[in-house]
Amino acid sequence: MRTRVPLVITFITGFLIILGFWIPHDPVGDIQSTFLIWYAIINGFTMVLGIVSLVHIHTRKIISHKSGYGYSLILILSMLATLWVGLYSGIKYGDLYKIDAPFMWYYNSIFVPLSATMFSLLAFFIASAAYRAFRARTFEATLLLIAGALVMIGRVPIGDVIWHKFPVIADWIMEIPQMAAKRGILIGIALGMIVTSLRIILGIERSYLK
Amino acid sequence: MFVLIFLFHLSPSHNVKVFDTPNDKGGAVYIEWELSADDSIVSCYEVLRSENNVDYSVIATPLPHSNRFDDTDVKNGKSYWYKIRAVAGTDSSESAVFGPVHSSAQWFHHKRWNALVLSIILCGLALWYIMEAKKGKPLFIRRIAGLEAVDDAVGRSTEMGKPILYVMGLSIMGDIATIASLSILSRVAKRAAMHNTPLIVPCYDPIVMAACQETVKQAHLEAGRPDTYDESKIFFLTSDQFGYAAGVDGIIVRDKPGAIFLQGTFYAEALIISETGASVGAIQISGTPAITQLPFFVASCDYTLIGEEMFAASSYLSREPVMLGSIKGEDYSKLIIMIVMGIGILLATISQFGLLRGVAEKFIDWFTMV
Amino acid sequence: MANIKRQYIYIVIALCIIVPLLTQKIMPVRVSPPVQQAYDTMAKLPPGSSILFSIDYDPSAQPELQPMLLAMLRHAFKCNQKVIMICNWPLGFPLGQDALVSCAREYNKSYGKDYVNLGYRPGVAAVIIGIGREIRDFFTSDYAGTLLDSLPMMTNVHNSNDIALLVGIEAGATGDVWVQIANARFGQKIVLGSTAVVAPDFYPYLQAKQIEGIIGGLKGAAEYETLIKHKGGGIAGMTAQSVTHIAIILFIIIGNIGYLFLRKKR
Repeated sequence: MRTRVPLVITFITGFLIILGFWIPHDPVGDIQSTFLIWYAIINGFTMVLGIVSLVHIHTRKIISHKSGYGYSLILILSMLATLWVGLYSGIKYGDLYKIDAPFMWYYNSIFVPLSATMFSLLAFFIASAAYRAFRARTFEATLLLIAGALVMIGRVPIGDVIWHKFPVIADWIMEIPQMAAKRGILIGIALGMIVTSLRIILGIERSYLK
Repeated sequence: MFVLIFLFHLSPSHNVKVFDTPNDKGGAVYIEWELSADDSIVSCYEVLRSENNVDYSVIATPLPHSNRFDDTDVKNGKSYWYKIRAVAGTDSSESAVFGPVHSSAQWFHHKRWNALVLSIILCGLALWYIMEAKKGKPLFIRRIAGLEAVDDAVGRSTEMGKPILYVMGLSIMGDIATIASLSILSRVAKRAAMHNTPLIVPCYDPIVMAACQETVKQAHLEAGRPDTYDESKIFFLTSDQFGYAAGVDGIIVRDKPGAIFLQGTFYAEALIISETGASVGAIQISGTPAITQLPFFVASCDYTLIGEEMFAASSYLSREPVMLGSIKGEDYSKLIIMIVMGIGILLATISQFGLLRGVAEKFIDWFTMV
Repeated sequence: MANIKRQYIYIVIALCIIVPLLTQKIMPVRVSPPVQQAYDTMAKLPPGSSILFSIDYDPSAQPELQPMLLAMLRHAFKCNQKVIMICNWPLGFPLGQDALVSCAREYNKSYGKDYVNLGYRPGVAAVIIGIGREIRDFFTSDYAGTLLDSLPMMTNVHNSNDIALLVGIEAGATGDVWVQIANARFGQKIVLGSTAVVAPDFYPYLQAKQIEGIIGGLKGAAEYETLIKHKGGGIAGMTAQSVTHIAIILFIIIGNIGYLFLRKKR
């Protein structure tokens, strides 16, 4: 019973959504939109589940003074501070995003730089990963290395300054060999998704129902 | 001058046509018209509608240069008449009336025959091989190095006395990659439970977290070690992309896991996490359907499951004939796609020389989805 | 040479970024065909057309995508288009709003008549389907709660047919959803701007004519700025990006020389 009911729900839902692609008539045609709205609503409530998990784990860490409990303390305090600033701005200014609301200061001065810093780490990590991985070990690896270097140089203005053909070569690599390989992988992924979906709808694939 | 102004009469729109919107659930018609010859001075067009061809009311005022309007506020089966009024300042002129017209709902989307035929073929092949497998026919599946290495990675982590980190990426429960990742997690959790190695699973989505907790719990039961299951090791981190990356990096640097599994949907955080993993010397097995992240994983991880290999994981690891049957069906679907592509390339090349142009166009049109 | 410590690599990369940014040297930018196509699509629209801007990124991608958004908004206002903004990533809303208001001020545009911001609604796919059918199904009011029908420029905007162009500024997979639903099902004309890491995902759509143009990464933003003749954050970052790319190539060459020596020794 514990697995049968979800399997029946999955089968009916999956089958109806697939039918909706070919049958525009009510009530089948709109069923995908309806389910998507339900999903968005349920998804909103699941955030409570996440917050409970987060608070539970970190308060336990703080109480039992486990190693690294200081980080947990910072996390809980930051969470409460964000909540307070948000509520205060919402109540006092009527809009979180009003330019002079404290939330906007919080957003622009803390959230934006922190997020952008994390993304910017990519520049450093790309350099170290490229240095380590791009080695001419085999013929294929050498081809990859040369193609990667050509795209890198052709994609920035200095490439055009050094030799006007670099951007043309980079565009060719991106539009022909890159696209061909990508389409091949994409077709494989799409087929893999179709077959996995079919297994889920038919109840053959049950790993999500453990 | 006065005479000129007096003689000027705004040209009306012509050829007004109204159609029931095709392939819809009804409740809509669309109106098309030819622009007024004086469109350059028209300030707007007015769409007039009547239910009795006597009393007309304005239902919309499209901008100049517009020659189409969708009326989505009609009742199925009811008659409506339409006309278009071109307006320029105080001057206006009306088109001839078109009607009656009524909207209706359709039971089949007539432009999606091709999708139906292709879906029947692709799904039919998968079902056929699933049934063949049920009959006990032996099926071959090639070796997937990344999946073969799963047990070794767990073993290595155990020998080093270090925990295992399993990262689901930014997967949500609606992603097929999440389902594929859960089956790999199940295997990893079972092996980890057998060796009593701690398994950490930080999650980006609360629903995925719940599914991971259930999967790991079940794996501990199957391994005969329900007592070692620790729910607090599978936790929600944050639903912010780079906050999640920062959190996972923190875990890697502090706990220094011996093995890291990166399985699921990844975006720009992929390299941030995998490079940090490489910096602590962990063995890393990654897998994602996100093509743009595959090069990063290939560069920084020991093994990478490329796209469809990840979806084959549950079949590969379970070795259940029914699951393997679906993979066989997938392979034959791929063969059909390759044949169709070959024919398409051939036709497109021949048509460049002026031969079979009509056939090539029809062939391409048939495969165009709407 | 084959095993340079990662810390040294990081220091060199940091210097390659910081020094050019401080010296403010500017490099000439060559416009690539996908950006030119994006520019032409916008430029060829008749004045007064409605353009939907979708903010599908958050602060992490701000340094890369904000110059692009500003350049495209400036172009839209310069061509006297009507701008409708929505947001599919909730934390991106202030970024979109900030850019919209500042560009509107530059071009003396008024709210409700020339531009509106409808804000964020959850459920990307459902919202996109909704816009294809009737925008009011999801956005009955703008972000501040003003009813859509009371905003003059919105009275004639109901669905995809009334939106001349969709401009998606993307840091993730929302661009795919726009193409798969708005273009495939509703025939919406689309231009996508994205982070450099996501841009290769959109090339197949451009080749299949499902989108009109791509603006990829900071380089794309610099190209668009060149086209609208307005120097912004994109052009300013090009020298740093060029020097960093050269540094990475040099690291690869050094690594390979070291590797070849090691192999000969063995």
